[in-house]
Amino acid sequence: MITERVLTLGALAALGLVALAAHVADEPFTVTLATRAAIFALAAVGLNLALGLGGLVSLGHAVFFGLGGYAMGILAWHAQMYQPMRIGPLEIAGTQSMPAIWLVAVAVSGLAALLIGLLALRTAGVYFIMITLAFGQMFYFFAVSWPAYGGEDGLSIYVRNGFPGLNTLDPIQFFGLCFALLAAATGLVAGLRRAPFGLALNAARQAPERVRAAGIEPQRLRLAAFVVSGAITGLAGALFADLNRFVSPAMFSWQLSGEIMVFVILGGAGRLSGPVLGAAAFVAMEHWLGGIWEYWHILLGLLLLGVVLFARGGIAGLVTGRSHV
Amino acid sequence: MTPLLQVEGLTAFHGPAQALFGVDLAVAEGEVVALMGRNGMGKTTTIRAILNLVAAGGRRRFAGRDIAALPAHRIARAGIGLAPEGRRLFAGLTVRENLVAAARPGPWDLAAVRRLFPRLAERDGQAARTLSGGEQQMLAIGRALMTNPRLLILDEATEGLAPLVRAEIWAALDTLRREAAMAILVVDKSLAELTRLADRAVILDGGRDVWTGPPGDITAGRAARHLGI
Repeated sequence: MITERVLTLGALAALGLVALAAHVADEPFTVTLATRAAIFALAAVGLNLALGLGGLVSLGHAVFFGLGGYAMGILAWHAQMYQPMRIGPLEIAGTQSMPAIWLVAVAVSGLAALLIGLLALRTAGVYFIMITLAFGQMFYFFAVSWPAYGGEDGLSIYVRNGFPGLNTLDPIQFFGLCFALLAAATGLVAGLRRAPFGLALNAARQAPERVRAAGIEPQRLRLAAFVVSGAITGLAGALFADLNRFVSPAMFSWQLSGEIMVFVILGGAGRLSGPVLGAAAFVAMEHWLGGIWEYWHILLGLLLLGVVLFARGGIAGLVTGRSHV
Repeated sequence: MTPLLQVEGLTAFHGPAQALFGVDLAVAEGEVVALMGRNGMGKTTTIRAILNLVAAGGRRRFAGRDIAALPAHRIARAGIGLAPEGRRLFAGLTVRENLVAAARPGPWDLAAVRRLFPRLAERDGQAARTLSGGEQQMLAIGRALMTNPRLLILDEATEGLAPLVRAEIWAALDTLRREAAMAILVVDKSLAELTRLADRAVILDGGRDVWTGPPGDITAGRAARHLGI
């Protein structure tokens, strides 16, 4: 039997090998596709913690993806314009250093998740979905109507941001960075799942009253999970902006929230390997099917329908059987 | 000395329907109290009301603290461990995960629970839903102990179990009482075992406490009238 751990390591290894093979074969476009898959997978690792383990159906995770993207865009834009940010009397210089940008992206999206979570977690079920969706739309329209950073047109960053010791313009080196962060986030979530925090979160999804009777307030667990979840998705947003060297309000769109959810459900909600499998399958379909047929989303829809009806565990469930989450 | 748990005039409601009409109940440190009565007389509701899992009124003090207005999780954290009726486990988690998910530090750790219930050690990585009824009950008690409570509440811990398994559970409770001096509030219908284990019995009838005393003093007439046996 293939265990979840083996499947996760296998999926990660396969993604890494595809990128390496493409690099050796001198096909940088495929390396970039693998990078796109790794970044989407990272965003889905974030959502999977809230959705799969915590049972929080967030249709607003693009908020965090977009905040991560704009954290990168704004910092890098100020750096490339040699124009410090002015917040009141404060002057903050922009930066093109990835680690600094990542830190800001994680902090900003984590803080946003805390505030959104405090409000949204007062509700459950369909109301939770609607509130997270509403926050997504708020951020989207704010970004559209904020001319300082491009408004609807978005912001272009001319040079990819730097990482000490690496040439980030080399596709395989940038892939390596994204891949390392994906692996680290997957490892973090694997650890959280096994820790009492993750076990209680999982139990609270199944039986909140039993958890309460055991002395744990489910809402606090859910809030903590939502914050970590948002921070991880925010980091993915910063990487995505760097991949495209472009941020726009589309990163806040509800379609993107939906796509992140598709990665999770397609791969297997609550499964450790789900985000990687789902995001890789999505990017592969987007590329191959999209090349054949303009309306490939119809096929994706059919596939999702099949997964939801016949294979609740997603791709991971098909491979390993429906083991416990 | 004030008792560990003191409940006075406990009322409870299921929606508009009143289920408890002023129950008095106390459990002292190290004492084992049996809560008895026929089905539907308010035993489980009493326990749920103590933990504020149903709408309840009346005075409730635990370890010198007023717990009447606290939310359920804070009452549990104050030191009440519940093994609920129907062995409500975290079905999707393994035995070990059930034990550690809500654990709090104290003398009751994995090793101590496995000493009390060696069968749980054998089932460590198995999903809780695949256990036998008796093993699930042991796990429910073990999970409650892992929160290191000062008062253990057992709701119908031996209901529907085979005689040998019941004997194992009663033996474990006896161990808890003798070796750990654990205060226990136990809901059960087995008069013979409760007579051996419990210091005191409280009989509920129609949502009221109608008799309190040593279980050995329950006369045949009283048993027939209030317990249906």
